This record gives sequence, structure tokens and C-alpha cells, in this order.
Amino acid sequence: MEHATSASKVLSVDKLTKRYGETMAVENVSFQVARNEIVGLLGPNGAGKTTTINMILGVLEPTSGTIAIHGLDLAKQRSQALQHTNFAAVYAPLPGNLTVRQNLRFFGMIYGVPHLEQRIESLLREFELERFRDTKCGVLSSGEQTRVSLAKAMLNSPDLLLLDEPTASLDPAISQEVRAKIRQFSAHGTVGVLWTSHNMYEVQEVCHRVLFLSHGKILLEGDPKTLPREHGKETLEELFITVAREPLELSRT
Amino acid sequence: MLPSRAGAIFLRQLYLLRGSPARILPLFGWVAIDIVLWGFITRYLNAVSRSGFNFVPAILGAVLLWDFFSRVMQGVTTAFFEDVWSRNFLNVFATPLSIWEYLLGLVLSSIFTSSLGLVVMLVLATAVFGLSFFSYGLMLIPFLLTLFAFGIALGIVASALVLRLGPAAEWFVWPIPALISPFAGVFYPLSILPAWMQVVARVLPPSYVFENMRSVVAGHAGSPAGVAAGGALVVLYIAGACWIFARVYRRAVRTGLIARYSAETVS
Repeated sequence: MEHATSASKVLSVDKLTKRYGETMAVENVSFQVARNEIVGLLGPNGAGKTTTINMILGVLEPTSGTIAIHGLDLAKQRSQALQHTNFAAVYAPLPGNLTVRQNLRFFGMIYGVPHLEQRIESLLREFELERFRDTKCGVLSSGEQTRVSLAKAMLNSPDLLLLDEPTASLDPAISQEVRAKIRQFSAHGTVGVLWTSHNMYEVQEVCHRVLFLSHGKILLEGDPKTLPREHGKETLEELFITVAREPLELSRT
Repeated sequence: MLPSRAGAIFLRQLYLLRGSPARILPLFGWVAIDIVLWGFITRYLNAVSRSGFNFVPAILGAVLLWDFFSRVMQGVTTAFFEDVWSRNFLNVFATPLSIWEYLLGLVLSSIFTSSLGLVVMLVLATAVFGLSFFSYGLMLIPFLLTLFAFGIALGIVASALVLRLGPAAEWFVWPIPALISPFAGVFYPLSILPAWMQVVARVLPPSYVFENMRSVVAGHAGSPAGVAAGGALVVLYIAGACWIFARVYRRAVRTGLIARYSAETVS
């Protein structure tokens, strides 16, 4: 699969840096995501994954560097750029005091989704949420809430989908369903996905390419199926543990 | 700016009101109690006073106008607090929504909720206590507009305060109208105040409203210059409030506060 050619890229991150005082959270990170591509952003806690995602979502200002979504510079054309993206994160559930349909309508209006009611109905069907349409999100189970978040993330048919540990609180069966849905969207739509996860099995199953972050820098990049062997490891999990514990060893390989 | 995005913020507020008696009741419950309480106080004052002065338009009218201002301010802050309480900033601001669309949505919410309170107060004050707004003449329009705009300005500043200092700063917000009221001359002429309080009063738009209201009730013509001064001041307040909110928001984006706005205090 040819990835991130200039015509097909939906996300282009160039020399992105975020510094908090003396702490460098993200340093000189550059990468791209193409249409129909699922890119895994991996790394131990504190590596800079969520900081990177927050900068791409426009809720955290980079110290330097540029982000272009669908060719639009996020710093200069924030609203237009974010019109082409959407996200779901385990730590950002939708307001629990609104029903599923109210939440989808609210965000649908913010994204200016055309034919909103039809779109909502179609997503309710797609994510098997029809019987919860008038249920307040706060009383749904974790799995159901994740499905609502994913439905919201697909509302505007984004070109770029950011998923920050979307399966973190789900049981294996529901996680598998979620992964299947995302793969399906990626294969049949035009969406590019940036996915963070600590589940290496999941990453190997879903992602076309992975980026390993350590101390705010991209340490490794490649196909999750071949990358471990390229660095003398049996599995992606082993490689992850090495990145977390001995990043210097890998930077020499 | 897309009005539909501001409309989404307003619609969200309607959904929350529709499903929650705990949110609906305060819209008119407290103001109704205020009108009833002050209605009887003014009746009593009329009965014991030998001056022939009618306290209803002077006192009850002032209570109504002040409550209207308070409701406008709280209409903005309460709509903002919904995002604080539901930890929704990341979801809301990681979208194409601009802060101006967001603020417009808060203002639309406030127009709706404060209008409900105003209608209830008008009905009670007129039907039960005989308050006639005709006694204020056309001056009522600039009175209401000035108080409305000042309520919006303070609501935006209060929201910025909570965004800057964290959810616990909510407790600074509720007493703001009470803190301002002694300076605004709601129930007494500004000339009663000590000189330093009069200086403060002169930079508060409501002081011009209440000075003029008393003048009109006393049978004098209102002061167009005073009304204009109040109007000009309130425009400055609105501009200043938007500037403060924008600055606080930009700081929150620079520091990453928007994305992790859930701590009890973030100062």
C-alpha cells in the first residue's frame, strides 16, 4: 500500500514541538497520514501521544511546527481544517445529561452536517444504537458510550479520524467489533485514521503503519507486522517494552 | 461565523432544560419569590408612608430590573457551567466551533432563560401588585437593553474567570450581582453614597439606569445624556468582556488547559 503521497495525505505534521517550561513534551515530530490508512501512534505513558493528538485537534497550541489537515493549515484556518476531522477518546465521553440523539444532533449542528436527521438515523443503525436513541448517555455502559462516541466521530464523514485509546475500557468482544468498524470505514471510505493504543495485538491487527514515540520524539516507524523483527524482537509488545525501558538501545539499531 | 453553530449551543441548553425540572424551576422560582416579597414590602411602605410617594414603581420596579440583570448574567454563566459540569470542553472545542460562535450560543441561551424570568416577574408585579411599566414610558427600552448588555458582559467575564481559575471559582461567580448592587444605586440615589462609592458607581452602567428610573418615577424627564452614557459604557464592557474571554481562552489553548479541564482547581 502506497502511503501518504502528497495527493492522498489527510494529515501532515511537520517539525511539531511542544515545550512546557523546561519540559519538552513533543520534539520535532513529523509524519503524515494518508486516506484509507490507519496509523498507530504508540509509546509509553508520557511519551507525547495525547499531547500530539491535542495539538492536531486544535486544543493545544504547538510551540513550533505546523499541522495541515486536508491541506489546510490548522493555525491559520482552524475552523475549516477541523471541519475535516473528528475524534473519539476514552477520556472524553459525550455529556451524560443528553440523550444519544440529542448529543448527535448537537455535534451534527456544530459540524454543519447536511441532512442531519438522516445521517443520525444511519449512524444509529450502523452502531446498533437504535434502542438507545432516547437514552441519556450517562446511563449507558462503557461499550455503549464508546459506540456513541464513535458514531459522533463519524457524523461529519471526516477525512481524518483521531482515536485516542478508543477501546481502553471495553471487553475483548466489543473491542473486536470496534476494530472491525474502524477497519471497515478505513477500507471503504476516504478516511485516514490516527490511532493510539496500549494494546499491541490490536495495533498489529488494525494499523497499516506505526510510529513509536519516546520522550516526545519519533523513535521508530514502520509496518507493525515486520517492525519487531527488524529490531530483533519477536512481537510488537516486546518492541513496545524495549521502547519504554531502553529507548537508547533501539535508537542505535 | 456560522449561526447554526451558536444555535447548537442554544439547542443543547433547551434539551437540558426540557429534561430537568431542577434547571427549569430556578429560572422563575427565585424571581417570583423576590417579586412577592418586595411587592408586600412596597405595599406596606405605601400604607405607612404619609408622603404620598408610590413605592411600587420605585422599589418593586427596581427589584424587577435588577433581577432581570442577574438572570441575564446567570443565563450566560449557567450555560457555560454546563460544559464545566459535564467536562465537555474537549468535545466542544476540538470542533470547528469558534469562541465567538460559542459565546453567541451562551448569549442566545441567556436571552431565552432571562426572558422567561422577565415574563413571570412582569405578570406577577403587574397583576398582583399593580406595577405599571407605562409609568417608565419609552425609557424602559434603554433601561432593559442596558441591563441586558451589562448582564451579558458580566456573564462572559465570570465564565472567563472560571475558565482561568478552575471549576471551584464558580463560587466567586454567584455573588457578583450582590457585590455590585450597593454601588449601582438600585434602591437609593447615588448622592447617598460616600464619594469613593459614587466614583465606582459612575463606571457601572446600571447606576445610570436606576438614577433615571427614579427621576422618571418622580415625574421628571429622564436624562438622555445619562442613558447614552450608560449605553456607551455598556458597549465598552461588552468589548472588554469579549477581549478577556478571548485572552483566557488563548491561554488555555497555549497551556493545554482546555484538554484537561477537570481538576478541582487549575490555577
